[in-house]
Amino acid sequence: MPNRNISLRRQMTDYFFTGLAASLSVIVVSALIAILAYLVLRGAGSLNLSFLTQTPKPVGETGGGMANALLGSVMILGIASLFGVPVGIGAGIYLAEYGRNRLGQLVRFTSDVLNGVPSIVIGLVAYGLVVLPQRHFSAFAGGVALAIMMIPTVARTTEEMLLLVPHAVREAAFGIGIPQWRTTISITLPTARAGIITGVMLAFARVAGETAPLMFTAFGNQFWSFSANQPIAALPLQIFTYAITPYDDWHRQAWAGALMLVILIVGTTTLVRFVFMRRMLGGAR
Amino acid sequence: MGAAREPHIPDGQPTGQSFGAAAATRSNQPDSSKVPFVNQTREAPAWKKSVINLDSGFKGLMLVAALVVLGIVGLIVAELMQGSALAWQKFGIHFFFGSEWDPVSGGFGALPFIYGTVVSSLVALFIAVPLAVAVAVFVTEMCPKPLRRPISYATELLAAIPSVIYGLWAIFILVPILRVHVEPWLMKYFSWTGLFTGPAYGIGMLAAGVVLAIMIVPIISSITREVLAVVPQPQREAALALGATRWEMIRMAVLRNARAGIMGAVILGLGRALGETMAVTMVIGNSPSIAKSLLAPGYTMASVIANEFNEATSDLHRSALIEIGLALFIVTIIVNILAGLMVWTVTRGTPARTNA
Amino acid sequence: MATAVEVHDLKAWFGKTEALHGINMAVEAKHATAVIGPSGCGKSTFIRCLNRMHETNPEAKSEGTVRVGGVDVYEMPAVDVRRRVGMVFQKPNPFPTMTIYDNVAAGLKLNGTHNRKILDDIVEHSLQQAALWDEVKDILKKQSGASLSGGQQQRLCIARALAVSPEVMLMDEPASALDPISTAKIEDLIFELKQKLTIVIVTHNMQQASRVAEFTGFFLMGNLIEFDKTEKIFTNPSDKRTEDYITGRFG
Repeated sequence: MPNRNISLRRQMTDYFFTGLAASLSVIVVSALIAILAYLVLRGAGSLNLSFLTQTPKPVGETGGGMANALLGSVMILGIASLFGVPVGIGAGIYLAEYGRNRLGQLVRFTSDVLNGVPSIVIGLVAYGLVVLPQRHFSAFAGGVALAIMMIPTVARTTEEMLLLVPHAVREAAFGIGIPQWRTTISITLPTARAGIITGVMLAFARVAGETAPLMFTAFGNQFWSFSANQPIAALPLQIFTYAITPYDDWHRQAWAGALMLVILIVGTTTLVRFVFMRRMLGGAR
Repeated sequence: MGAAREPHIPDGQPTGQSFGAAAATRSNQPDSSKVPFVNQTREAPAWKKSVINLDSGFKGLMLVAALVVLGIVGLIVAELMQGSALAWQKFGIHFFFGSEWDPVSGGFGALPFIYGTVVSSLVALFIAVPLAVAVAVFVTEMCPKPLRRPISYATELLAAIPSVIYGLWAIFILVPILRVHVEPWLMKYFSWTGLFTGPAYGIGMLAAGVVLAIMIVPIISSITREVLAVVPQPQREAALALGATRWEMIRMAVLRNARAGIMGAVILGLGRALGETMAVTMVIGNSPSIAKSLLAPGYTMASVIANEFNEATSDLHRSALIEIGLALFIVTIIVNILAGLMVWTVTRGTPARTNA
Repeated sequence: MATAVEVHDLKAWFGKTEALHGINMAVEAKHATAVIGPSGCGKSTFIRCLNRMHETNPEAKSEGTVRVGGVDVYEMPAVDVRRRVGMVFQKPNPFPTMTIYDNVAAGLKLNGTHNRKILDDIVEHSLQQAALWDEVKDILKKQSGASLSGGQQQRLCIARALAVSPEVMLMDEPASALDPISTAKIEDLIFELKQKLTIVIVTHNMQQASRVAEFTGFFLMGNLIEFDKTEKIFTNPSDKRTEDYITGRFG
């Protein structure tokens, strides 16, 4: 018979560690709840019509909004997607369909390296590549910085999703005389569509909240700007600027902006998770 | 290639599942069909040439996209090296050991920032690793099935929240709590360690470490979950069949087998923490000093770039900041490669989530 | 003759599917009992209920009584059951991160045995019983359990199960992943082991059952069709279905 004390102690140890893991998990989940709750609590009150339609007011005047920053974010993200999505998908197609060689290995590795580069460094580089030659900050420069950040995510998910398409599907197409490029565009890509859209949206959500790469590129702007060639406001930049000032009114605006941003990002990720993920898995099986 | 149009092809369709798609594609295939079929000599028919050209053209286009990835990383390296050349010429390797940072007199040493980056990241790891590993173990090995998805989803959401929002939350919620409740307590009971002395500002190294910790929990925990999932089920059964309790089974069969991968996950978290900018900049206090106390303000490599780059007036100042960026780039790359290798040695060849 | 394991009206489920429909069996102590039947007949599920491994699958549940040495296993902690009823699996599963020595000592350490001398003795004895000692005595603490050949790994797993001195040893097709020579070694081992403990072995190989076991039970679709002396089962089964199976008419 096993020693009673020892087996009691072992049972207690088991309970202890189960309890420990459970309570640490509770802490992590409550951190999320705390953050979201404060965003709603502090932000919801100021998230009104004027927030969505007006530009910032000078210190001392109440009201005003972040309409120009919203537009700026949309423009910057549009430019980023314009460059980042095609290049990312193209690189992903190359990796999946032609990348079983040294060059493919190298591109895969480089793409993972790029994915790990701190966003502030991307900002520095975009400054050197775009702002310096043009001699001014611009929405375009911000777009380039964010595009660089989107590419590795889009490329690797595209590759992964294309590789999930069974080889038999490609062979069937080749077998009836469809050339490879046509097979990729008309058969393989559509089959993997839901997964690729998922990757693109996740990359989009990830860069939508980026601030550091925009500081030396888009720069920020207190007024309306509709030009890709001018400094422009962006939601995350505006939140940062307001958060580090000592004015209560601007703090309220920062909270409202943060709530707005989180709704956009969490909305996108949740949508992706519940709509596309399911369809993607269904398609892959 | 293009066999469908060969005159001698038999009528019977080859077997294949995607006739519908194939038929649809064939009708809008490029103009090859419009080329008159007159050339019956040894030369390849024109349509065949065009198909081959389109094929290599398409491949070429995709190759260009792939090369853009290489090009970007090349440009990053070139840009950082070129930008930092001035500071490198002036200070050489001493740049990384000097602790004076004075843009006015032109003396630049990066040590306070390196120190702040390393210390804030270590504080973050110290807090985040137990939390992240606990969540991963709880989700994969312990928790009732209906709770699995909500908890994983919550950690994923934590990863989706932007850095600047963590910063905002930290300034207005976390820092006051630290200042009023946590720091006085730490000073009372742990000041003998020398790590918790001086006035409780709230902002400082500790605040940066805590907010970084929350930010890196998701990445560590999701990679850990992946490596735990590839521990073969027979390993768990072997331990249980020996009379191990659940925790003993986790310790013997799961954590032991996965330790290299968990280490990799932790290092990946470190990589994230080192390069994190906004949240840290907002709460670390931005003071280029080296203090032993974690309650004192500090500065990190990423935040000094964020704060000073736009205001840098001298070329040397700008160059010094770019050199810090270059150092950050090199360190994060090394850390990420190392972590990737460690995770890969555990998960290679094994499809993830074969057993939950 | 004593009964080591007594099974009464044992039912088992995976989710909503009933895998065992009320099994009754009395396993003779210090003998080997073979469990045969076509794949999916519930034979693995059956032995996994004997040491409560069945319930480690989150979808699984079971009902009925299993008595080991007269005690109902569902009345004692699962941990104690598994210490008294050891198990060897289809594929050898040594802990790859532990040395050969630590693999064998793993169960003992769990039970609080940390005395070097005692551990050394039991490890040596268990490896000898598993006929592995001579092959590994020089690399005991140098090499990992995973560095051995498949057959050696399986004997290491047997040694690991023996180290905690169980009363009953369950073997779930222990030789199905091994070559003929390694299989022969395992079968020899079973002959040695049943002098001291009770063995229940699942096998899909009828020759193996007739070679190693005194008693044989035939399972079909979750029912124990026939349970008798091995000789009787293979020469003169009383049920038509058993006869069909052993003469190779199905399965």
